[in-house]
Amino acid sequence: MLDVAEQTASALAEPAVWRHKDLLDTDTLTRAEIELILATAEAMREVRSRPVTKVATLRGVTVVTLFYEQSTRTRASFEVAAKALGADVVNLTATGSSVEKGESLIDTVRTLEAIGADMVVMRHAASGAPYLAARHTGASVVNGGDGRHAHPTQALLDLFTLRRHLGSLEGRKIVIVGDVLHSRVARSNLWTLLAMGAAVTLCGPATLLPWTLAGRSETGSCDVTSDFDSAIEGADAVMALRLQTERQAGGLVPSLREYVAGYQLNAQRLARARAGALVLHPGPMNEGVEIAPAVAHGLASVIEEQVANGVAVRMAILYLIATARGVR
Amino acid sequence: MVDPASGLDAALDVLLRDGAIAALGPDLPCDAAIVVEARGCVVAPGFVDLHTHLREPGFEQKGTIATETLAALRGGFTTVCAMPNTEPPPDSGPVLSALVERISRDAVVRVFPLGCVTRGRAGRELAEIGELAAGGCVALSDDGSPVGDPGLMRNALQLLAALDLPLSEHADDPALSAGGVMNEGQVSERLGLKGQPAAAEVAAIARDLTLAEMTGARLHVAHVSTARGLELIAEAKARGLRVTCEVTPSHLFLTEDAVFGEGPQPAYDTNAKINPPLRTENDRRALVAAVNAGLADAIATDHAPHAAEDKRCEFDAAAPGISGLETALGTLLVQVDRGELTLPAMLRALTIGPVRAFALDQRVPHLGRLEPGATDVVVFDPAERWRVEARHFASRGQNTPLEGQEIFGRVRAVVVGGRLAFQREGTGV
Amino acid sequence: MTAELLFGPSEIGRTVRRLAHEIVENNRGAGSLILVGLLSRGYPLARRLAAAIEEFEGAPVPVGRLDIGLYRDDVARRAEPRPLRPSEIPVPVDGLTVVLVDDVLFTGRSIRAALDALLDFGRPARVRLAVLVDRGHRDLPIRPDFVGKNIPTALVQSVRVRLAETDGEDGVFILGAEATHA
Repeated sequence: MLDVAEQTASALAEPAVWRHKDLLDTDTLTRAEIELILATAEAMREVRSRPVTKVATLRGVTVVTLFYEQSTRTRASFEVAAKALGADVVNLTATGSSVEKGESLIDTVRTLEAIGADMVVMRHAASGAPYLAARHTGASVVNGGDGRHAHPTQALLDLFTLRRHLGSLEGRKIVIVGDVLHSRVARSNLWTLLAMGAAVTLCGPATLLPWTLAGRSETGSCDVTSDFDSAIEGADAVMALRLQTERQAGGLVPSLREYVAGYQLNAQRLARARAGALVLHPGPMNEGVEIAPAVAHGLASVIEEQVANGVAVRMAILYLIATARGVR
Repeated sequence: MVDPASGLDAALDVLLRDGAIAALGPDLPCDAAIVVEARGCVVAPGFVDLHTHLREPGFEQKGTIATETLAALRGGFTTVCAMPNTEPPPDSGPVLSALVERISRDAVVRVFPLGCVTRGRAGRELAEIGELAAGGCVALSDDGSPVGDPGLMRNALQLLAALDLPLSEHADDPALSAGGVMNEGQVSERLGLKGQPAAAEVAAIARDLTLAEMTGARLHVAHVSTARGLELIAEAKARGLRVTCEVTPSHLFLTEDAVFGEGPQPAYDTNAKINPPLRTENDRRALVAAVNAGLADAIATDHAPHAAEDKRCEFDAAAPGISGLETALGTLLVQVDRGELTLPAMLRALTIGPVRAFALDQRVPHLGRLEPGATDVVVFDPAERWRVEARHFASRGQNTPLEGQEIFGRVRAVVVGGRLAFQREGTGV
Repeated sequence: MTAELLFGPSEIGRTVRRLAHEIVENNRGAGSLILVGLLSRGYPLARRLAAAIEEFEGAPVPVGRLDIGLYRDDVARRAEPRPLRPSEIPVPVDGLTVVLVDDVLFTGRSIRAALDALLDFGRPARVRLAVLVDRGHRDLPIRPDFVGKNIPTALVQSVRVRLAETDGEDGVFILGAEATHA
């Protein structure tokens, strides 16, 4: 394992300053900003390893988690991160709130701001919803997943995990396999990985691929293919995505059996990757569908580490946004 | 003075007397009560819109017959065809009569109603097609939705063929487009929005053309948005089918990129959400070429006013539509200025083209023409530039993706039914 | 803005050795001692002090580094903070004598933050403070135990320490209006 702190510190010859009110996606982040997040997350990871795992930095800052979709890990991860920085956390879900009574998203975020929310972490089923919220509130909006569009903190924690193991991603081959078309995780990962110089291959059944994302100026080194066995050849890391079982009912995949045969990340396939290649999964996993249990819990798997790193990366993002906001 | 119907293009005077054009010619004697100085302006037949959503009855928060026909007037449109997706929708004689009565009371331009093809626009049973025809409908349409059931579509076309009325079809195959909120392609995949593939429109047009040929009915394809759809229509016209079509100023001027917006970060601009969706640059160019070549019979606004809250929401939840009557001329003239559209082709598609598509001159003689006896005239300055500010719209719908953009061409004066109905300040009297 | 060199590499070297002697004398040896340098320039100073102590006493002294970014009282006041770096305290501090090391002592706010940070790592027996330069103007009731140089300054001035490890050269500079050092 490399000393990522030293590595990122040296990359920060011109230290970047975080100036964004919101974090909505990774697509507009510069490489220097991504490095700043990673370096800050490394410091947060150290905080989490101390006898006292909590600091008071965001004392007096109110973070609201506003989740219009079910989530356990992302919401809990944000809550732990905010509390570890000393912020006050209020958790709202779509059920049991005025959202159920038909309140619009704009009214909801304005109300939260009026109550004193400094940051709103939101998840929403509609792509772009956090952009709408961010335009209508002075509170900082952190996207915790919008529709099939973006999941920037997941992408950043994936990157953080990859960097800790692989060091520089320049020229590294990363394969993202599964239901890429409907995956906000894949989309946000694409932007961070490309920004760090990785070669990304998006792989899955033809019906579940965003074919037009390849060969565009902004996605230069991204490949899209249905051939997993070829795609995984020599890969430095493979990220398996969750297959929503409704894709079968929607006529997008013939059967789970056929999906497993063609796209499950299993030991035989992993053997085609570079020796020591990493296995990632954003969770929650369907073991036996997109990933074989032996691989999910095998030596190459960094899946549990991803979850732990998620707290540090989210702490970094909340902290950086607070420094840019000048709250209290 | 330009009249595409007669090929007139000259600097002349026009004299209106007793509610109609009395004479056209150089240096006509000027003993009139009102003189509109139109030097440097274009004088043309009043514009005719085959596709307008007036929203009344049922959706008065979006627009009313009074507000939306005033918007038409200010946009240079002297005739609009009102789409039947109201509540209740005109699917029977009595509902239609009530609508006609409201129109005669409130409208400030000519309004021709369209009736529904199916009862309640639900696509299951036929509406009272005969009664709707007798009550004055110029065409039938379930616009907003296609007539999904091909068997029902066939029957409707057969009944309409006998009445010699066109069916204006929102060509879409819902099995392909279901859930789509924008064009399927680069931008939808980038934004994570569900797309409607071009094939949903193309397949529907193919079906409708096949049924039109089988029944001999007059098919009007509403708001064509795809290059391939235009090719099918061109081929059908070449074979002599009684098919016409329209394109909208929005699809002529904008592409799917308008949803993303200009900035580095996506805008998810709900004002650029329309149905059918804004398509690719390739499609847009094909639509422009179709206007120039006369393949597109009409430029129709698909004016679809919405209340603010219908657009101030998530993109998936936003209502589709653009408030287009007051910006149509402006964006078209930008395209004339760019050399994309020719002025005669543009004016033909706003006047005699749509009149012929719905045979409106059988109802009002001289409609869409500038000739003695005609009663509708528009005067506009094609060079004047102005900035779109939706809060100054006459329409109740401020939903435009053009906010803040500079467009060309101001309507100076409009004569409807021989009466000077609108005159912009600064115009000499 | 003028930048005046107050003292250079050899004087910094002598001062570090004197501070090392004072620390050992005060601690009665090098036992139960840990030097904790504040990032960025307190840490290399702490390492130099530890090397000097090892030279005199023949026993290694553990050195830690402390990033105080999360403990500043101006985090969210548009302070444009330096990027955070991980702290590292190599041994448990419980029961030890901790000497905090920094380059310049000014308002005392950094030391207040460092004390808070340090206490999150355990319960030291005692905490001492060593600084290369004390320029005065304290905002908080904080007093150094070991001082390399006292440099009285005007508020408009500032003192910059440059070290080979972080800046490529050794030197203490005073910036701003005419220096009034003793």
